[in-house]
Amino acid sequence: MDDDKIDQIINKHQGKTASLVQVLLEIQSANHWLPRDVLDKVSKSLNVPLSQVMQVATFHKSFRLIPKGRHEVQVCTGSSCHVRGSTRILDAVQGLTGIKPGETDSDSRFSLETGNCLGCCSLGPQIIVNGKHYGKMTPAKAEDVLKKYE
Amino acid sequence: MMPRISSAAELEKLRKRILSKRDPDKLCVAICAGTGCFGFSENRVISAFEEEVNKQGLKTKVDIKATGCHGFCEKGPIVVIHPEEICYMEVSPEDVPEIVSRTLLGKKVIDRLIYTDPVTGEKATHQSEIPFYRKQMRLVIGHNTKIDPKSIDDYLASGGYSALSKALFEMTPEQVLEEIKKANLRGRGGGGFPAGLKWETARNAPAEEKYVIVNAHEGEPGAFMDRAIFMGNPHLVLEGLIIGAYAIGSHQGFIYTRHDTPQLKNIIDIAIAKSKEYGFLGENILGSGFNFNVEVHLDIGIFVSGESSALMKSIEGKNPEPRAKYIRTAVRGIWGRPSNLNNVETWANVPQIINKGSEWYSRIGTEQSKGTKLISLSGNIVHTGVVEVPFGTTLREIVYDIGGGIPNGKKVKAVHLGGPMGGSIPESLLDTPLDFDELAKLGAPIGAGSLLVLDEDAKMVDVIRFFLNFLSDESCGKCVPCREGIKQMLKILTRIGEGKGRAGDIELLEEISEVAGAASLCALGKTASDPLLSTLRYFRNEYEANIK
Repeated sequence: MDDDKIDQIINKHQGKTASLVQVLLEIQSANHWLPRDVLDKVSKSLNVPLSQVMQVATFHKSFRLIPKGRHEVQVCTGSSCHVRGSTRILDAVQGLTGIKPGETDSDSRFSLETGNCLGCCSLGPQIIVNGKHYGKMTPAKAEDVLKKYE
Repeated sequence: MMPRISSAAELEKLRKRILSKRDPDKLCVAICAGTGCFGFSENRVISAFEEEVNKQGLKTKVDIKATGCHGFCEKGPIVVIHPEEICYMEVSPEDVPEIVSRTLLGKKVIDRLIYTDPVTGEKATHQSEIPFYRKQMRLVIGHNTKIDPKSIDDYLASGGYSALSKALFEMTPEQVLEEIKKANLRGRGGGGFPAGLKWETARNAPAEEKYVIVNAHEGEPGAFMDRAIFMGNPHLVLEGLIIGAYAIGSHQGFIYTRHDTPQLKNIIDIAIAKSKEYGFLGENILGSGFNFNVEVHLDIGIFVSGESSALMKSIEGKNPEPRAKYIRTAVRGIWGRPSNLNNVETWANVPQIINKGSEWYSRIGTEQSKGTKLISLSGNIVHTGVVEVPFGTTLREIVYDIGGGIPNGKKVKAVHLGGPMGGSIPESLLDTPLDFDELAKLGAPIGAGSLLVLDEDAKMVDVIRFFLNFLSDESCGKCVPCREGIKQMLKILTRIGEGKGRAGDIELLEEISEVAGAASLCALGKTASDPLLSTLRYFRNEYEANIK
């Protein structure tokens, strides 16, 4: 991610301690993860100790401190998807990608996350790749879906 | 830019002008773009309609509207064609050319796209004839099919902001408060606490500045009705909020919502900008002298931030950790100031109470639960979707008559209400009416309104393990009995689930849950074991069978 964009986000909130969460959120949505040097910058610019920046960044599971792969895979593990068999889908996806939720594979092809209900329970069980929904999944169908992403 | 509306009369004049420009007989294709339908088609159906209508040179004759959730998510994407109100289901982009030429131009109904009853084979052309909709009372969500959430004019055309105008010009803040109290509107977010009493507490709390907040966090898995309201009809929620602010004496509001649903944030931003432009927000609203502004804050995907005191911490820019509530947030909330928090559905009920009166409102529902309730139906159910029924409707009616029963000819084993801190009740209690107090007595409080249906194959120990696992991930960790207690309960449950339970395990679970319940600050820890306790009450044999 280019530094200009990060600077823009940070400058917008310069000196506003209460904006910490929103700044991190904006940076993550632009950059997909939060590199260490960026957190340093945020700390200096918002005048918040790095320890406090880290406290917020590690408290919320949605903040990522490791790089993301080219494709972000989410398996919904909400209650409805769970009773419709999402455990088997998650097992299959873990087997196919070789990674666990929260990890990125060594080729940086996939990052895997689990989500707790995205509000489209009629599609369950579902996986979401780069924001695209694939509903009524089976382990075999999940394999076909992942093959599409190189 | 619209000049700001500066009186009640001007508002009515504008409404008349909007309506006069609209031809009620004009063809309009309303395509559901709610979370479920969006997931199915990612707006491909909408683009297909735009393309086809252009291609056939019908651009001036046909309106195309991307609307909020229609509720029948199972059959999405759903398309309703006005003025005839023909309802097509599971529409794919490939169906679109045929719909345009045969239905829009040829006025013929396409049989394969309308609802067919799976049992009787009977067809239904209009929403009102489909069993899923027939038993509902869609007071809050019913307008969704006619409103483009990005168009404030659509909301005004449906009578929008007339309640605000009535409150500001014909009622004192005290009268508004009195009306909400008399209507006995109870909070839809989980607690069922009377909204009027909360408003009164905030109103009477001595402070220069007070806040009102929309809780649109909706973190409960299996709950998606608040998003259906907010994404479908954002001005309805805003109008309720502004009326509440007027009654309480607040000039600053906050909307706290999900970071992971960008469409929702976009719709809220547009709605706020438009209401500012029209004069429903900002200084001197509608010329009444009342000032009110709103700010949007995003959660960061953590369940506990939906808890009132945690949510307020988050708005202050701190980690969402709940605090002890000897003093209510309505007295001391954001930055120590009185802060009145209600969820989306509660605010959305306010305009109709002001418009039609508390007497009308309190005729709907049961003795102690008034009005309608939105329910998200999910799990092993034929019709997943968003349902709105009057309180007093039985769970059996919701599951069978509206929900269409259980797929694959299976039987209901249990229904689970209220999400991770709710409870499960067995099939034998399905005739219980939907009512805050009746269901709480059975150990299955309504919560925010998610209803998870479990079929005969469900293993209750596994379902409860799922919820505890969720809560153990989501506990903020501040209170040891919650953080460690849930973990230990999870360990024991896993053991039981694997058939390796030990003698005394059930008693140990009960003991830990008692401590976590007594010694945690917020509802997450206090009620974490409620699902467990409800299943120990109704399905104890499933635990005992796995204990050696």
